[in-house]
Amino acid sequence: MRPTLRVNVFRQSLIVSGLFVLGLLVVNLAVFKPSTVAVVMLSGLYQGMLFFLIAAGMSIVFGLLDVLNLAQGAFFMLGAYAGFAIYGALPAGTPIEARFLAALLGAAVTGGLAGALMEVGLLRPLYARPVYQIVMTLGLSTALNEMVRAIYGPAGLVPIEEPPALATTFTVLGGQFETYRVFIIVVGAALMLGISLLLQRTRLGIIIRAGVQDSEMVQALGINVRRIFTLVFALGTAVAALGGMTAAPFLGAYPGMGTDFLLVAIIVIVIGGMSSYEGTAVASLLVGLTRATAEQISLQYFNTPILASVSILLFMVAVLLVRPTGLFGRE
Amino acid sequence: MSAVLTVQDIHTFIGQFHILEGVTVEVPDHSITALLGRNGAGKTTTLRSIMGLNPPARGQIQYRGQALNGRKPYDIAQLGLGYVPDYRAIFRQLTVEENLKIAERRPGDLDRKRQFIFEIFPDLEKLYQWPGGQLSGGQQQMLAIARALVPDNSLLLIDEPSEGLAPVIIEGMMAAIRRLTAQAAVLLVEQNFRVASQLADRYVIIEDGRSVHSGTMPDLLASPALIQKYLSAA
Repeated sequence: MRPTLRVNVFRQSLIVSGLFVLGLLVVNLAVFKPSTVAVVMLSGLYQGMLFFLIAAGMSIVFGLLDVLNLAQGAFFMLGAYAGFAIYGALPAGTPIEARFLAALLGAAVTGGLAGALMEVGLLRPLYARPVYQIVMTLGLSTALNEMVRAIYGPAGLVPIEEPPALATTFTVLGGQFETYRVFIIVVGAALMLGISLLLQRTRLGIIIRAGVQDSEMVQALGINVRRIFTLVFALGTAVAALGGMTAAPFLGAYPGMGTDFLLVAIIVIVIGGMSSYEGTAVASLLVGLTRATAEQISLQYFNTPILASVSILLFMVAVLLVRPTGLFGRE
Repeated sequence: MSAVLTVQDIHTFIGQFHILEGVTVEVPDHSITALLGRNGAGKTTTLRSIMGLNPPARGQIQYRGQALNGRKPYDIAQLGLGYVPDYRAIFRQLTVEENLKIAERRPGDLDRKRQFIFEIFPDLEKLYQWPGGQLSGGQQQMLAIARALVPDNSLLLIDEPSEGLAPVIIEGMMAAIRRLTAQAAVLLVEQNFRVASQLADRYVIIEDGRSVHSGTMPDLLASPALIQKYLSAA
């Protein structure tokens, strides 16, 4: 006797996603020269990983707490600013690698602490009031953006220097690609795998997966669900903040930098199937690759990147028409 | 026999509705007590009040001499109470093993109890790696009870264990619940009077949110008038 049904649905979704990537690749090969294809694919992956870093926490939190945290983009920005502050505050002689690492870790810690504070102080009183949550998270997002604007000015900060080893470019199939963007792909992939292991192999993961379905029963089994909520929320904002700092060496840091990513992250979560972690992981890559392909087509033929944003909206509409619950969503 | 649990005149509101208007229940150690009464009488709410899921507004709940009033559900569970709700609450995405594992209160609980659980519910052994959502109703009921056995609970609150199960499965379920009294007291909600009467040592009848009668099961079986008055439709 083997369990089959659910596994089959999951495998089906994976196969469909794989075919979609294959389709994108075919389109790429048909339209671009090989050097461009390689760059577009890598660029799609790195964009997808950034989307993932914001969307991962949002989708897990949505599943467990039924809260769509619209301030997640602000944590992305917070991470970048925290990273910059730490980077700049270290003594002059500190090697650039150490600064950079400290900035990454500091961003994650700052994001996690701020997230914990938000969950306990602002979200907890609103768990029974979904509309208030939307207003609060959106309001907090605006407040954080304005706070940063007030402290650091509206112009934003010039991108910090990345470690020299990552500041290079390399050639793939004749196309030039920045090493640092590969670093983002690696960080994203590591977190993708790490979170997946956390969910599948640890006690915390079992509690999270159970809590998504029935947090009252989890509590009746003797588990302090409130504490788990805080922890999960903080982990989600920590990952987003880490994402912001990871992006900082080429995006810099500026007020509202998380907002564009937030919109894409919401699209990613919807495509993936709202509270499915696997769905979010796969969908972020699909969205990244779609966006990169559309961007390149748009640049090549119309001399504007306009299609990039349009393409992912169309992608979402297409997925929802075929599967209203999203790629990996459950009825 | 000393009482593990004493529920003294509790009143519970859900929203603005006064669901329990004075329920008193005593559960002696190592025995089975059945809550009887018609649908909507307040039996499930009584169990949920004890677990702190619908905390009572008035009245006292004492478990082994400690007051449960004002405690959170996880805190109450940690004192040694196991809850098996009527909807079973099996985690569908989790395997049978994970459904049991999550109930551990100390590391190693499941390792210590696994053989005992398989002995009572042999089906769970071959289903161990199945997702909970793919089990049949009877298997889910077994798993729900098994989950309450993982930690060292000394009081089990079991809501409608026979609901929706085939007669032959009910027999096995009853045998299993009877075995549990070796290690714990059981407070049972059971709509099926035949099952309740064979299983329970004592009974409490709840009518319109009030406990109206209690005593030993043989006494109840000896008074058809009482059964007729409170339980006839059941």
